Amino acid sequence: MTAQATGTDILDVAREQVLERGVPLTQEQVLEVLRTGDERLQDLLALAHEVRMKYQGPAVEVEGIVSLKTGGCPEDCHFCSQSGQFTSPVRSVWLNIPELVRAAKQTAATGATEFCIVAAVRGPDAKLMEQMREGVAAIRAAVDIQVAASLGMLTQEQVDELVDMGVHRYNHNLEAGRSYFPQVVTTHTFDERLDTCRMVKESGMELCCGGLVGMGETLEQRAELAAQLGELEPHEVPLNFLNPRPGTPFGDLEPMGTGDALRTIAAFRLALPRTILRYAGGRELTLGDLGTRDGLLGGINAVIVGNYLTTLGRDPREDLALLDELEMPVKALNETF
Amino acid sequence: MVFADAGAHEPVARGDEPGTWCGQCGLALADGDHAACERRGALDPPRFCVHCRRRMKVQVTPAAWTATCVAHGSVERTTWG
Ligand code: SF4
Ligand SMILES: [Zn+2]
Ligand SMILES: [Zn+2]
Repeated sequence: MTAQATGTDILDVAREQVLERGVPLTQEQVLEVLRTGDERLQDLLALAHEVRMKYQGPAVEVEGIVSLKTGGCPEDCHFCSQSGQFTSPVRSVWLNIPELVRAAKQTAATGATEFCIVAAVRGPDAKLMEQMREGVAAIRAAVDIQVAASLGMLTQEQVDELVDMGVHRYNHNLEAGRSYFPQVVTTHTFDERLDTCRMVKESGMELCCGGLVGMGETLEQRAELAAQLGELEPHEVPLNFLNPRPGTPFGDLEPMGTGDALRTIAAFRLALPRTILRYAGGRELTLGDLGTRDGLLGGINAVIVGNYLTTLGRDPREDLALLDELEMPVKALNETF
Repeated sequence: MVFADAGAHEPVARGDEPGTWCGQCGLALADGDHAACERRGALDPPRFCVHCRRRMKVQVTPAAWTATCVAHGSVERTTWG
């Protein structure tokens, strides 16, 4: 039964259920949280922060990402400037191995422990797997950083190959809740994404699986995404706020409001108390400096520093100074939450 | 216009030449208001060559971006570090 139906306050329920007992919010409860008003926002963020501190501690995981293969993707994810199906100005380009290693070194210099290599593909072909094998080996030989990958949908053989290369975490987002997914992607299905996520989990690699909010989904559908991520139990959930890209089907949507974005962060934390919750794309646009700080005090415990795949981020020194001020140490290599 | 200090194979930083076209939206700088494009430039590398309006190949890395026009060479900008 929902808190509303019993006349109890959802934040009181969440405090007892999530903070005291460690039981995640259900989909209906997440929806109730998403429906709370701005006058409850500070209390909600404070509760989400308590949950994060209790189950994950004060450390923040810092990651850098780079695009190994940009643009020209055959898929039609409506938020994405790298799809070859839209009139986006992003052109296809490959990064070479020396540049990839340089990017990993720059990332490591920030204190980051994670470096994620991303390719705009439906799934990897032999050429991409070969580039990965060479690239991951070169990085591991030159830089003390853990290597993650995001290469689309995988076969079991490719999962095994990535494990063999030493890739320790794989990113594959659900993107949206199941009921909204067909409005976001038509070239593959939600179940195909789940298949890859499950294979990754079974392989022993850590699963990084999140999604985007602010794509025109209802609050019900946003709560559904949180619940479906909770069912998957990924190691990490990257939370992206839509950054409307010129030429894409979602290019004319308004960026999400700051209050909504912060409520979403807190609600996801209450649905995923033991998961790394990372700021991913769109935070600069949606939250700005003040919102970035509020989110770190409202459930977020991981950040992407530096630039993204096709867009630019904040100077990492600003993020690191903020973490320092908030007394949130950068997670060390091989430290587990 | 060709820049002596720009080559497709060896990206180098180039002065901020204003050019004719907006690097963000690809429309003529003389037409309309590009203030929003300028603001967007803080979080988006240019996509169009300001001299010929061609779409450029743009590589973003954690600390820099490089934009290459097949006719006018490359521009590289460090974003931090
Ligand atoms: S599969 Fe990835 S790169 Fe391709 S369109 Fe979808 S989000 Fe963009
Ligand atoms: Zn413009
Ligand atoms: Zn040009």
